[in-house]
Amino acid sequence: MGFRNIIGRRLGLGLVRRRKPFSTATCDGDGNGNAKSINLYSAINQALHIALETDNRAFVFGEDVSFGGVFRCTTGLADRFGKARVFNTPLCEQGIVGFGIGLAAMGNRAIAEIQFADYIYPAFDQIVNEAAKFRYRSGNQFNCGGLTIRAPYGAVGHGGHYHSQSPEAFFCHVPGIKVVIPRSPRQAKGLLLSCIRDPNPVVFFEPKWLYRLAVEEVPEHDYMLPLSEAEVIRQGSDITLVGWGAQLSVMEQACNEAEKDGISCELIDLKTLLPWDKETVEASVRKTGRVLISHEAPVTGGFGAEISASIVERCFLRLEAPVARVCGLDTPFPLVFEPFYMPTKNKILDAIKATVNY
Amino acid sequence: MALSRLASSSSSSRSADLLKPLCSAISLRRPISTDTTPITVETSVPFTSHQCDTPSRSVQTNAKELLTFFRDMALMRRMEIAADSLYKAKLIRGFCHLYDGQEAVAVGMEASITKKDCIITAYRDHCTFVARGGTLLEVFAELMGRQAGCSRGKGGSMHFYKKDSNFYGGHGIVGAQVPLGCGLAFAQKYSKDEAVTFALYGDGAANQGQLFEALNISALWDLPAILVCENNHYGMGTAEWRAAKSPAYYKRGDYAPGLKVDGMDALAVKQACTFAKEHALKNGPIILEMDTYRYHGHSMSDPGSTYRTRDEITGVRQERDPVERIRKLILSHDLATEKELKDIEKEIRKEVDDAIAQAKENPLPESSELFTNVYAKGLGVESFGADRKEVRAVLP
Repeated sequence: MGFRNIIGRRLGLGLVRRRKPFSTATCDGDGNGNAKSINLYSAINQALHIALETDNRAFVFGEDVSFGGVFRCTTGLADRFGKARVFNTPLCEQGIVGFGIGLAAMGNRAIAEIQFADYIYPAFDQIVNEAAKFRYRSGNQFNCGGLTIRAPYGAVGHGGHYHSQSPEAFFCHVPGIKVVIPRSPRQAKGLLLSCIRDPNPVVFFEPKWLYRLAVEEVPEHDYMLPLSEAEVIRQGSDITLVGWGAQLSVMEQACNEAEKDGISCELIDLKTLLPWDKETVEASVRKTGRVLISHEAPVTGGFGAEISASIVERCFLRLEAPVARVCGLDTPFPLVFEPFYMPTKNKILDAIKATVNY
Repeated sequence: MALSRLASSSSSSRSADLLKPLCSAISLRRPISTDTTPITVETSVPFTSHQCDTPSRSVQTNAKELLTFFRDMALMRRMEIAADSLYKAKLIRGFCHLYDGQEAVAVGMEASITKKDCIITAYRDHCTFVARGGTLLEVFAELMGRQAGCSRGKGGSMHFYKKDSNFYGGHGIVGAQVPLGCGLAFAQKYSKDEAVTFALYGDGAANQGQLFEALNISALWDLPAILVCENNHYGMGTAEWRAAKSPAYYKRGDYAPGLKVDGMDALAVKQACTFAKEHALKNGPIILEMDTYRYHGHSMSDPGSTYRTRDEITGVRQERDPVERIRKLILSHDLATEKELKDIEKEIRKEVDDAIAQAKENPLPESSELFTNVYAKGLGVESFGADRKEVRAVLP
């Protein structure tokens, strides 16, 4: 497990030595193709191009996707694949997702975009009651596995109440769908392709803060990264930190600071939140004995609670300190108070020290 | 001739001031004519209706009203342009959706109703707030997130509210305000207020399912709800014909009557809203489609020129600008001279600049405000600091 993780970390790809039972995603070999330095929205754009190229029953639709989308993730798709496959929808999230479920039920790959995750709630019923339960309630006669819903999530510095939310916890409570969140361009491209090709409906949250900010070497060829496999992106021995998406870069900064104080931190990127890789996290906690979870969403009822409860169940006697959660506050996402609301590097650092010195 | 009418008017001695030489340096405010002699004006285009009669094309107005319209719309225009500069100077952060071009809807609507009637709208709400009696300081302070803002700095551009004039805001999620508006109408009917609710939404929001749900309920229960579609023809960057099978939004109520109004003509708006209020109090919901236009893009991040031509924008500005229309009306009826109108505009500019200066001085909300008003006061919900052990605050 450790060997795989080291290889995975160095090459930035997860080389699969064994197949996980519920993931049918495979990986290409390591970076043999050309890799170019691109940002997150370009990586997602590449993934979408490849998805449409390799499957002529793949569709991309949503509000304003035709001209390239408000974050440019869908640039060039309409020109290249035509208006029959890449098209705008009217302003109706419930309609978009419902329509996507129907399209997927006919065996197509429906890639629906919700313009901001904050707007996904009108579609919540469709996702929870229709998409997640379709296969189950039809006794496997029908399914909408070809559905992938992409939505930008997360704080961006000035987004306010309705352009900054992290709703992943709501969806992690729904058996039948998968929830995936990438941390960087290279991850995003591979994970998105896996999500699109996964035979289950997937909600893919993209950290909007990183759309332009994160730049990485991304291979130009078609590659996929396995779902439901967490990745240890930093080895350590004193405390395990678990996170996803944009929060990882903040956590990494905290880890670097903690290192100066002699605390060796292990950082895990969960990547897939539902179903999440309990084994990797558990193995890490067995090594360190301490765990800290951090996410932008409010702390009460956030996905950190699930991880915490699971770890306590599985590793109770090994734990040296209570599970720490450094998350957003229990308030609506604020306007001018965003810096106070966010789980910042210093808050994480404080919690690391408190946990290690418990 | 009109000037003599003003001079002989007994309504106020102030009207005589308009004839005085304009170098009265003592008074900072130019007096506005308070002449209430009725003037009849024809609306630019006739109304078109669906399932109901059309109101008359002839609108009763007077000098006082026209000058008030001019002043209010010019103020709104100036305010929005100032907000544009403030945004570019990064004093306003986040999102800012400007209303310039659409002022006639706010002003015309306000002229036909009282403060007992409720208005609820989406996020393009700065001017509607001002029409409901909001001050410039409240506007700019809220935009910059300061304490003196109408929502105490916690709402921002998209969330302006004014309880004492029944302005229910200020909503970010598209279409969500319409069912809310119908609920307000229900309360009004229940309390026998003889008041109505205007629920405003855009052409983009017109395709939201919840609108049809709200309309059905309102029609079923005969609620005094007036659904106003401010059709500026673009839902962010999407033209109406690309988003709607039927862009005749006033007809989309099907069983509910509708009226199509030239939204750039404040008098037509006023006429339509008066008609609608009367209708709604007797017969239940009615849809008003205001044919209007916004000069700016959807928000400050949208240049507004990638999905429409500059010619189109300048064309509308030349042919249909609401402020210009009232200006021409005032000048053609000799209600004021061009110089007087220019003076009003200068005064407005100063007012806006003063308000901005004042708002800039205003402090940001206290940090403890982060936790206030999450729940009703006194619930005693706890919130934790970083490590969930040491720092603990009971939410006020």
